[in-house]
Amino acid sequence: MADTRKIVLEVLRYTPGQSTAPTLQQYPIEFTDDMSVLQGLQQVKDFVDGSLTFRWSCRMAICGSCGMMIDGAPKLACRAFLRDFLPGPLRVEPLEHFPIERDLVVDISDFVDKLGRITPWIEPREPRSLEQGEYLQTPAQLERFESFSHCINCMLCYAACPQYGLDSRFLGPAATALLHRYNSDSRDGAQAKRMELVNSEEGVWACTAVGYCSEVCPKAVDPANAVNQNKTASAVSWFARFLPGRG
Amino acid sequence: MDTVDVDVVIIGGGGAGLRAAIAAAASDPQLKIALVSKVYPMRSHTVAAEGGSAAVTLAEDSLEHHFNDTVSGGDWLCDQDAVEYFVEHCHEEMVQLEHWGCPWSRREDGRVNVRAFGGMKIERTWFAADLTGFHMLHTLFQTSMKYPSIRRFDEHFCCDLLVHEGSAQGVVVIDIATGEFSMILARAVIIATGGAGRVFRQNTNGGIVTGDGMALAYRRGVPLRDMEFMQYHPTCMPGTGLLFTEACRGEGGILVNRDGYRYLQDYGLGPPDPWPRKKAMELGPRDRLSQAFWHEQRKGRTIDTPHGPAVHLDLRKLGEKLLRERLPQICELARDFLGIDPAQAPIPVRPCVHYTMGGIPTDVNTAAPLPGLYAAGECASSGIHGANRLGSNSLAELCVFGRVAGEQAARFAREAPAPNGVSLRWQAQDARGSAVGLLARPAGGERLATLRDEMALAMEQGGGIYRLEPEMQATCKKIAELTERLPTVNLGDRSQCWNTEWLAAIELGFQLDVAQAMAHSALARRESRGAHQRLDEGLTERDDANYLKHTLASHVRAGPPAIGWSEVVITRSPPGVRAYGAAGESKEAAVG
Repeated sequence: MADTRKIVLEVLRYTPGQSTAPTLQQYPIEFTDDMSVLQGLQQVKDFVDGSLTFRWSCRMAICGSCGMMIDGAPKLACRAFLRDFLPGPLRVEPLEHFPIERDLVVDISDFVDKLGRITPWIEPREPRSLEQGEYLQTPAQLERFESFSHCINCMLCYAACPQYGLDSRFLGPAATALLHRYNSDSRDGAQAKRMELVNSEEGVWACTAVGYCSEVCPKAVDPANAVNQNKTASAVSWFARFLPGRG
Repeated sequence: MDTVDVDVVIIGGGGAGLRAAIAAAASDPQLKIALVSKVYPMRSHTVAAEGGSAAVTLAEDSLEHHFNDTVSGGDWLCDQDAVEYFVEHCHEEMVQLEHWGCPWSRREDGRVNVRAFGGMKIERTWFAADLTGFHMLHTLFQTSMKYPSIRRFDEHFCCDLLVHEGSAQGVVVIDIATGEFSMILARAVIIATGGAGRVFRQNTNGGIVTGDGMALAYRRGVPLRDMEFMQYHPTCMPGTGLLFTEACRGEGGILVNRDGYRYLQDYGLGPPDPWPRKKAMELGPRDRLSQAFWHEQRKGRTIDTPHGPAVHLDLRKLGEKLLRERLPQICELARDFLGIDPAQAPIPVRPCVHYTMGGIPTDVNTAAPLPGLYAAGECASSGIHGANRLGSNSLAELCVFGRVAGEQAARFAREAPAPNGVSLRWQAQDARGSAVGLLARPAGGERLATLRDEMALAMEQGGGIYRLEPEMQATCKKIAELTERLPTVNLGDRSQCWNTEWLAAIELGFQLDVAQAMAHSALARRESRGAHQRLDEGLTERDDANYLKHTLASHVRAGPPAIGWSEVVITRSPPGVRAYGAAGESKEAAVG
């Protein structure tokens, strides 16, 4: 077996109804060089303190469950490695800007509600029956939206977004990226409907262009780019209202 | 306890559960549908499927080919009526996903592209780079939001299936955030909870893949079918078990041993060239490739890694550009978890447990042998996988049979009487009592993880790629012992809110029941077929005279399961020889 080293995990603990305020608890652990922060937390839960609570599932950075603040930055615990935080202690906290449900688990229902409001489905530009087969979409057309469809809903960008921290009515990075994903899809015809949301008070204009969302995104979705493109689109659609023949 | 009344309740929010929910909602907007998932639906393990989903697409392909590949791939244990229905409906389901926005990879002319997978005669795997399951799941989840009649119970844990006078009439769920129990009464129940790979040690599965739905049905008298067949995927990361998709080989990757030798040619899959070539070498079926690894290990020709023996998956010939375009997630996993750039160096891989072929038996209408109960996806034994699933058939299955389950459950619900609230309330209170009872025990006792790890190790030892009677018996004994130890486990967390230790204890109970069904079914099958290979004298070959049939493990209170048998449905393909590589090619040439 490979050599082990030691590090102290300093984990935020909070249980509603039991804790008056969040506290930090220290757990010294031994780890091998290939171990993730998630594996460190699992070791604690399995063999030291079964009450330590966090979400996880796939272990391979695709299910989006294990987002947390690791050494002050939003990261996926399964893809952050303990070796990178020596000598420690390594501070592990729940994602910023979300209410804590317990320990490292935050309430993401606000995002899920927002997702439901961006019309996150195709409203066909032209109807097509199953018998007619697939819509034609060239690789170039696919490329226009594909990277925005890579969002795993991990919420790291919301934890990174200062505007969302100030006012959670802001639609925020991931929802805007996904909105942009559908608006940029050659099969879709609901752009006008989505632009109402983009132009609204909770839409893109609330963004202060910090760009930290794109920096922390584990899937290179670049939500800041989606927001920027929609600021342009929003301005165009606002001015377009004054052109003849437009409503 | 709160009561929720619906027409159809679906347990599981992965690909099959979401497809079922959409189908039920689309079939009748008046129906009330509850979708229960212990995680937010987009976290479901469908998300981790990488390579693709099968559907006959090219002009030179045919339903006949897809049928034959599937049935021979399954070593003739498939129910052929189910396979026929399946292959006929894959394409329309893939097109449906396309209409819903799934970002399938395209050809230059705008048509959907297809790639080759193992055991496949003609390329028929639809793919979205190597993120196919992820894109299918998010497409289905987001599309499901279009239907207001689907009421989601996200992060709700199902702890019991309610049955009254021989029909399924609802479930008991725990709101994970609060620990509160609710009873969801329904005229029809769909189980779509996925597989049970976490009962084994090294596996590709997410932590949530604990066989919940299988165990829920099993405890209510539904036998589990063909549970001895667990698929070992040949190319996984040693230690963690993370998956490197079969598409790596579909795109031209090779497997070599410590001498750089393409060892598969020694196991009836050669010759190695020309490459790539369908149904040969690295594009043989998963069971054969995993078995070849086992032999290489015995011959001392594997590579030592800190997490045990491995072989090399070499993708270097594909080149940087193709790797980034077709296999971006593989590149990311290799880089992040192993520090390897697949364009520059081979990836160490080994077989790990991947897929549960068996499950809740269903007919072509996805009906389980309990009126009002339907099952779809990995938790079901739909009959299409037989003794070894063909890669890219499971994602297609989620859609084909997920839709059927939604439509059939909706139809059943329209005709079924209202659930019996009084009787079911008592059952639900019992379910709550036993779940809460786990928390009421005095402190002390063993750690949950100790039991879980012992279970996983025992399953690996007695349920490996090759199996031996004494080891299988030891596993059966171990699982029985762990089942006895489970009630004395120490739960340090006594909170009602987000008590994942408590839920893990309930899950471990599910896992032990499923493990027991697997171990005893394996012992009962005294032959070697597909993923169930025995080394015992006289049992190393397929025995159609005695074992061309399904195992049925029935739950027995406080004892090993009763193992029964049922017929395999053969419609047009009598059992034949499974041949790949040159042997397969000459066999097909002889048939003409």
